Parts: sequence; C-alpha cells; structure tokens
Amino acid sequence: MKAETFSRLHAARAQGRPVALLTRLPDGAQLLHPDDTLPPALAGAAAAALAADAARTLSVDGQDWFIQPHNPPLRLIVVGAVHVAQALVPMAAGLGYAMTVVDPRRAFATEERFGARVTLVDDWPDEAMARLAPDPRTAVVTLTHDPKLDDPALEVALKSPAFYIGALGSRKTHAKRLARLAEAGLTGADCARIAAPVGLAIGAVTAPEIALSIMAEVVAARRGAALARRSAPELEKT
Amino acid sequence: MSDQDDILSIAAGWMADGETVALATVVETWGSSPRPAGSQLAVTASGKLAGSVSGGCIEGAVAEVAQKTMATGAPQLLDFGISDERAWEVGLACGGKLKVFVEKLEGARA
Repeated sequence: MKAETFSRLHAARAQGRPVALLTRLPDGAQLLHPDDTLPPALAGAAAAALAADAARTLSVDGQDWFIQPHNPPLRLIVVGAVHVAQALVPMAAGLGYAMTVVDPRRAFATEERFGARVTLVDDWPDEAMARLAPDPRTAVVTLTHDPKLDDPALEVALKSPAFYIGALGSRKTHAKRLARLAEAGLTGADCARIAAPVGLAIGAVTAPEIALSIMAEVVAARRGAALARRSAPELEKT
Repeated sequence: MSDQDDILSIAAGWMADGETVALATVVETWGSSPRPAGSQLAVTASGKLAGSVSGGCIEGAVAEVAQKTMATGAPQLLDFGISDERAWEVGLACGGKLKVFVEKLEGARA
C-alpha cells in the first residue's frame, strides 16, 4: 500500500468517516471510496460493502477487485452510570463498541469510575440522546431503573434507527414502563422494539454477568441471530 | 469490524517506530474458513505479529511469505486450501479454502 493511500485511509478512520479501500488483484493498485473517482460498478459495490459492513470481491472488465469497508466503530449508548455500566466497559471495548455513558447525576458519571475509554455525558438523557443521534450502527441500553431518566432516553431512542434498544428492569417494571410510553404517544410497534428485561436469559446475577447477557443480545441483534428475536408470547411464557 | 481497524492502528504504530510492515488480508473464502474476508494480519520484518487470517493454521506460513514482500515490495496473492500441496505443512484442518493478499505498507519518506 502506498504511503499516500495509507495516510488517507488512516485520516478517514481517525475522523470516523466511512470509507472503502479497493485493491486490484493481484497487482495491488488501490483506490479509496468515496474520495477517488471510480467506475459506477465499483462505486456501487463499495457503497454496498459499507452498508453491509462486509468485505467482498468484484470482477469488472476482467479485473478482480477486493473491497474492504472501514466503518467507524459501532456505538453503545448506556443511560445510567451504574455498576452494570462499569462492567460493560471492558466488554464493549473488546467487542469494538465505542461506549458513551449518559447520566446527569454527576457523582456517578466520573472518569474515576469509568476510565478514559468511555465518553461521559452529564446532560439530561433526552437532550443527550437527541444530540448523540443514534443511527443504525448504535445500540441503546437504559440501566437507571428511574423512569425520570430512562423514559426520556427511550422516547428519543424509539424514534431513531438504533439497531438495539434494551431496558433494565423486571417484567412488572417493564409493563408499567410500556403504559407510560403509550401515554407519551408511542405506539405498540414502537415499544415492541424494546428488549426487556434487557439481555439474553442466561440467569445473570452479578454485574459482569448482566453485562455479558446484554452484550450477547446486542451482538445477536447486530448479527441477525434468532436468539435476538423476541415475541410477545415468548415474553409471557418465560 | 473494529478488530481489523485496530490492526491498522497497530501497523501504523510499528511504522512510526521505524519497523518494516506487511499487511495480509483474507480476500476470499470457501467452505468453513474460520475468519471472514477482510480479516487482517500485520507482520514486521523483525517478526512481530498482530491479528489473524485463520484460526492459527496459516499465520506462520503467511508471515514467512510476507518477509519476501517486505524485501521486494512486490505484493503476493496466496491460495490456501486442502487441494494445495502446502496443506500438509500449513494444515488447514477445517477443510476450508482461502485467498490471502499480502502487501508491503510503504512508509512516508522522511
């Protein structure tokens, strides 16, 4: 890879800008999408590789190209700088998620508790969420147990294309939450997006175990695994 | 796919330290290959490794081949699989096949 290509790729990644690197095989000539002008077939394949977040090969005019997407990291936004949020930090980092913790209670959201790998936001959750603008590469998890903090965050998250929205709390707590969200004008279909109680049912007890069950469900949702699909009857049953 | 992004950062760090670095990338897989296309292994001339292109089956062979690319600057496209005569040596026990592209990362001229 030419030094110039590598530094352009490096700069785009540092800026969190999605780019795709196209490599001609076997001679290794390289182009960057969308920065370089590409034939339409290659540009289309590069855009598709970025959207699917999966590398692919393509043959154009007898030439083979390898297309490698470089998307910015997935995001995990956690509302509530609680013990489970602390346990999520190393797991989210290891799985490649950039983690943001939202909590207006300043005693909780401190760098002392969370270290430098986490972005801490002490705004009110609805304002924070509106500014963080969850996209299709974002998971949102509420952990405060406090409707004053969790509900406003969920209201914003449910209007966003976040790929996962989970809320800590028992079935009873969640039933009350659904009633409040309905009152706030959210539809049943909106609320059905909430994974609650949050996380896969692995019998988690400790904070790290709960964090593991949450990240397992986030990964399942991201990868489209059957485990991530919850249906209403199933909720009743378990 | 943050793990491969991480490998580019590691490679950039090595280059900043004055190391010669090659990058191996899985460009195509068939059958039960352990790592998907796009998986990367960075190698230095001094023998450092970061990342992976298989479950550990072919990393050694790729690292060896990468030394030539670092010496000549010429990229290589490698085939690994059960039909390959090197299969016994490098042992793709999973029975999968894959293609690996190896390129030298050229450092900025000082």
